[in-house]
Amino acid sequence: MREITYAQGIKEAMSEEMRKDENVFLMGEDVGLYGGAFGVSVGMFEEFGEERVRDTPISEAVIAGAAAGAAVTGMRPIAEIMFSDFTTISMDQLVNQAAKMRYMFGGKAKVPMVLRTAGGSGTGAAAQHSQSLEAWFCHVPGLKVVIPSTPYDAKGLLKAAIRDDNPVVFIEQKLLYRKKGMVPEEDYVIELGTADVKREGKDLTIITYGRMVPTCLKVAEDLSKEGIEIEVVDPRTLIPLDKETLIKSAKKTGRVLIVHEAVKTGGFGGEIAAMIADSEAFFYLDAPIKRLCGLDIPIPYCPELEKNAVPTEETIKDAVLSLVK
Amino acid sequence: MNISKEKLGEMYEKMLHTRKFEEKVAYFFSMGMVHGTTHLSVGEEASAVGACSALEDTDFITSTHRGHGHCIGKGVDLNKMMAELLGRATGYCKGKGGSMHIADLERGNLGANGVVGGGHAISVGAALTLKMKKQDNVVVCFFGDGAANEGSFHEALNLASIWKLPILFICENNMYGMSVPTSKSMNIINVADRAAGYGIKGVVIDGNDVIEVYNTVMEAKDYVKQNGPILIEAKTYRWLGHSKSDANVYRTKEEIASWKAKCPIKRLRKYLEDNHIFTAEELDAIEKKTTEDLEKAVEFAQNSPYPSLNTILEDVYA
Repeated sequence: MREITYAQGIKEAMSEEMRKDENVFLMGEDVGLYGGAFGVSVGMFEEFGEERVRDTPISEAVIAGAAAGAAVTGMRPIAEIMFSDFTTISMDQLVNQAAKMRYMFGGKAKVPMVLRTAGGSGTGAAAQHSQSLEAWFCHVPGLKVVIPSTPYDAKGLLKAAIRDDNPVVFIEQKLLYRKKGMVPEEDYVIELGTADVKREGKDLTIITYGRMVPTCLKVAEDLSKEGIEIEVVDPRTLIPLDKETLIKSAKKTGRVLIVHEAVKTGGFGGEIAAMIADSEAFFYLDAPIKRLCGLDIPIPYCPELEKNAVPTEETIKDAVLSLVK
Repeated sequence: MNISKEKLGEMYEKMLHTRKFEEKVAYFFSMGMVHGTTHLSVGEEASAVGACSALEDTDFITSTHRGHGHCIGKGVDLNKMMAELLGRATGYCKGKGGSMHIADLERGNLGANGVVGGGHAISVGAALTLKMKKQDNVVVCFFGDGAANEGSFHEALNLASIWKLPILFICENNMYGMSVPTSKSMNIINVADRAAGYGIKGVVIDGNDVIEVYNTVMEAKDYVKQNGPILIEAKTYRWLGHSKSDANVYRTKEEIASWKAKCPIKRLRKYLEDNHIFTAEELDAIEKKTTEDLEKAVEFAQNSPYPSLNTILEDVYA
């Protein structure tokens, strides 16, 4: 084990899989010599060359569609869409083509592609570069949706995503790219659909993912000093969702707070809340299931406004206290 | 180019298969025996069959919503195709795809497509596979004049050009995007003129002449392997409405009649007889066989079971 960043974990996952399998390749805007807008692929162009680390024009539709076309004919492409906001331009290819091929062709096609993209606010880039659109993808059967919160998870989940025979949307978190964590040097994968209990506790469960995980863990440590023990559960992949682990934790603590950065209305938190309410965990609940999410607004520019558009340590703390009182 | 008698006979047969397949489908729709909609290519058989007949099984195609001719051209099991249209478990897609989603990956058919322009980007990916795996094959991307106005057309041709991918972009220009004539949807006469914007070659051909289509594609296969993509525009015409709900209010009977007079199948037959390649009796025998093939396909389809409800959740994920 050694300490590397989230971005390095992602790069290692791609590089290791590319060394192992010649069908794996990376394409996207500025992923080559530049190393990607967030520096994730720095050095890969030098190692693998322009054939396997392909700079594309600024053409998000064909990046996604070409990945689907290459995947269905025998390659295992990794396509990078620089900001998750721009996946809206890729949507036809992803939603109507990649996600549907297998089912509508009667199970004959496999579409082993990964669409990597950077999501989330907090960089001052305002409304068109800051969204958290994971719920859009979760609404499309045929896609898998992954959002890692640590360097360890990022590497292990990406390796699983690359080896998966389905289209996987892999949403990276801009604010986590430079965060460090312990990551093994040897090969490992994290099976898609396995949640991780990031912190054990008995008083309340926070279900959260992506960059809200470290924020919630900080709140949990703070409130521990006040005698409140919070369990923090990170589903890590939204599709498939590890319902069992979430239900188990809800039953254990009897109180559930769901935290995500994406806007509340139509957000994936609603799905998690409904899933728990539909389960046997309902009978163990001592309080209503609560959601704390991004406000129903475009992400604003001014730093104070931007910070308060999504859950903060303060608002998470308040939400926890309102549930355990 | 000298085309063998065998290949000419095969093309005649496939065009007839396409025509008769669609006539059956039209009949089934009129009788309410199949649901949904379907897009018939009657009158356009030469561009589909001519292009596909120039391909190997290991070449890829991406097709369109009007894709029956492409499927048949690329070599298809008519029984499984008819079964799919009737929603049966024995169909190409186990009854889950229908007319607009027939795919046959074993023969390089990457699928018909319900989205106009949906195949452009997929063809780029398929050609990228060929290039990266160093396979000596090509991709034919079929699309209509309507799809030439989709954004994906621009992105795909540009990227294919930059990466010098072996793709034949074949525009089957049937002069109408549903009801709107090309004169009202683009300010140029020829879609092929757009090739200049991507630094690639563009050619216009008679899409109702199966021999011209075949020869163009044969020649272009070698060209694209060396030079990257080409844009081929095959001018043709759809005799019937856009889909089953079309009352044909946007064009005249005279216009339709003038194109029916240019029937690509009759034209090939005349060529084959005039040049003494086939006798009338031989051609009649082919026609009779195609009628029988379709009868068998209908029988197979009608005797096939519907998919079990137990399969409804299958094949969402691999």
